[in-house]
Amino acid sequence: MKVFSQLKKNLKNDFSSLKTIRVALLGDTATQFLNQALRGTGYDAGFNLQIWEADFNQIERQVLDPTSELYEFNPELVILFQSSHKLLAKYNKLKPQEYSSLADAQLELVDNLCTTISGKLNAKIIYYNYAEINDAVFGNYANKTEQSFLFQLRKVNYGIMSYAAKTPNFYIADISAIQNQLGKAAVFQPSVYINSDMVLSIEVLPLIAARTVDLISSMYGKFKKCVILDLDNTTWGGIIGDDGLENIQLGSLGIGKAFTEFQYWIKKLKNRGIIVAVCSKNTESIAKEPFEKHPDMVLHLDDIAVFMANWDNKADNIRQIQSILNIGFDSMVFLDDNPFERNMVRENIPDVTVPELPEDPAEYLEYLYTLNLFETVSFSDVDAERTKQYQVEAQRAIKQTSFTNEDDFLKSLNMLSLVEPFNKFNTPRVAQLSQRSNQFNLRTVRYTEADVEKLIGLDDVFTYTFTLQDQFGDNGLICIIILKKENQDTLFIDTWLMSCRVLKRGMENFTLNTLANFAKEQGYSYLKGEYLATPKNDMVRDHYKNLGFEQTGGHWLLEVKNYTNKKCFIDYK
Amino acid sequence: MEKSEILEKITEIFKDTLDNDDIVLTYDTTANDVEDWDSLNHIQLVVAVEKQFKIRFASQEIQKWDTVGDMVNSVHAKLG
Repeated sequence: MKVFSQLKKNLKNDFSSLKTIRVALLGDTATQFLNQALRGTGYDAGFNLQIWEADFNQIERQVLDPTSELYEFNPELVILFQSSHKLLAKYNKLKPQEYSSLADAQLELVDNLCTTISGKLNAKIIYYNYAEINDAVFGNYANKTEQSFLFQLRKVNYGIMSYAAKTPNFYIADISAIQNQLGKAAVFQPSVYINSDMVLSIEVLPLIAARTVDLISSMYGKFKKCVILDLDNTTWGGIIGDDGLENIQLGSLGIGKAFTEFQYWIKKLKNRGIIVAVCSKNTESIAKEPFEKHPDMVLHLDDIAVFMANWDNKADNIRQIQSILNIGFDSMVFLDDNPFERNMVRENIPDVTVPELPEDPAEYLEYLYTLNLFETVSFSDVDAERTKQYQVEAQRAIKQTSFTNEDDFLKSLNMLSLVEPFNKFNTPRVAQLSQRSNQFNLRTVRYTEADVEKLIGLDDVFTYTFTLQDQFGDNGLICIIILKKENQDTLFIDTWLMSCRVLKRGMENFTLNTLANFAKEQGYSYLKGEYLATPKNDMVRDHYKNLGFEQTGGHWLLEVKNYTNKKCFIDYK
Repeated sequence: MEKSEILEKITEIFKDTLDNDDIVLTYDTTANDVEDWDSLNHIQLVVAVEKQFKIRFASQEIQKWDTVGDMVNSVHAKLG
């Protein structure tokens, strides 16, 4: 991690090509260095954080005054930093009989601030929680009386977690956890505090900024989706091919304990929705043996979405995993004990995150904890189901290799699609897909749930959703079309987006058949399409051309009168 | 450590922290003589000097210095 002076040097770089995010930073202590650290860290993460910093100790005034500079700045993101030191100062001024009401009053203030901000701005709020200060007035008894500052501080920290759980746009950046990791002496430097009223040491600023930017990255769609595991000496101790099933190290004894705990961690990630893949230099049947037979294995084959065990090089295997999962290399983490393999992957696929695992497996987990690799801003039941879907995709990919003729393969899948207009049941999924689809998205117009609801029942708008299922499983709703009547002759394709999970199944043809037949029946002459380029949707640059549309000016036209159905192997459900 | 050596190391710290390779420090240099040496950057410089020499200044000491020479003397006294 860069030190503060290096982050500061970043500020002289050219930010103009980076994504701009307008951020308001409000603190009750001096935040100039935090501001610089955030902007410098943002640069390395690909963001131009345009930070407006409130004057010192102006949180309440800026938030509660409707004509303040905060609202004039109109940020997308508001960072609130109320420090433990100012909380302690409040406590110090209370009468003893009021001590036990500090937390409730502070929580009320936080709620008031956030409710006011949300009423005026469409902004997400990042709130720093409270690094612990133990004033040692009660000794250990502090844990036993509501009167103590420690009791009140911890109550605030717990209270804002509960508040965050029910307040969608309110996120916590966990300074308290950082202080637990590094120790208070590293986080807080008294002489700096006395001379500048800064409560964060210069040493800790890069880490605080990194965790904050992790959160911001995640809000803007940059997060890890997949962990790829090596097996020998990463997932278990020893080499399965040499040592044999009985002699690999797992379980509760010796170093086996480290690998077992590592596996529990991976299992928890999988349950959270992280896709787990295996990439191992092994004979496949031997590599699978522990998963099937070893009593101390925590991970089983049904936890693994893609299992690559062969003697090819790992970069090629990871490329294949990527093509099966259809996610970006920058959303993958590769864990391998072998420095050679790590470097090889780093050099060939620089976007993959490759942690420098410690030599001693006993230290794997503690090291991985400090990296905060798996930041997220959402979690739902669907996340836990993800592995299943990708396993199905992997089976399909394997089956495909056994067919030499693609048509035979597609026929064998027995694909069915349910076609429906937008309705109240599919609205949440339509909105989610509209937010998430970057690659197969012709115009990248984003629709929120509220926007989707407004489209339902309009006279000159026609909406379609498509599902796709086959013999291996159901992909759910994977394609969205919005047609808008431009005039009596022409239907404009406002939205055509599709999940990349179902590429190369003929879904594009099936969709166009559906649209063209609809247009013909309704007496229209043309379907009109448009491609708007983004950094991510290059894969559909020639979409309309490939489907037989004619280019006219900036648009693509298809005459539907003479349209004959394109080949596809999907039936209506 | 000789004072001249301390001055040399402090000069390097100033160059790195203020990102300016043209900085030349003497014992008589004051904050007015160096571009960007404001009260905020002063904090960063002090922390960098502490780290380099593995020492800690008392919080009031930091405010008393008028010249780079004062800073060098403080470091020299602490190193003994």
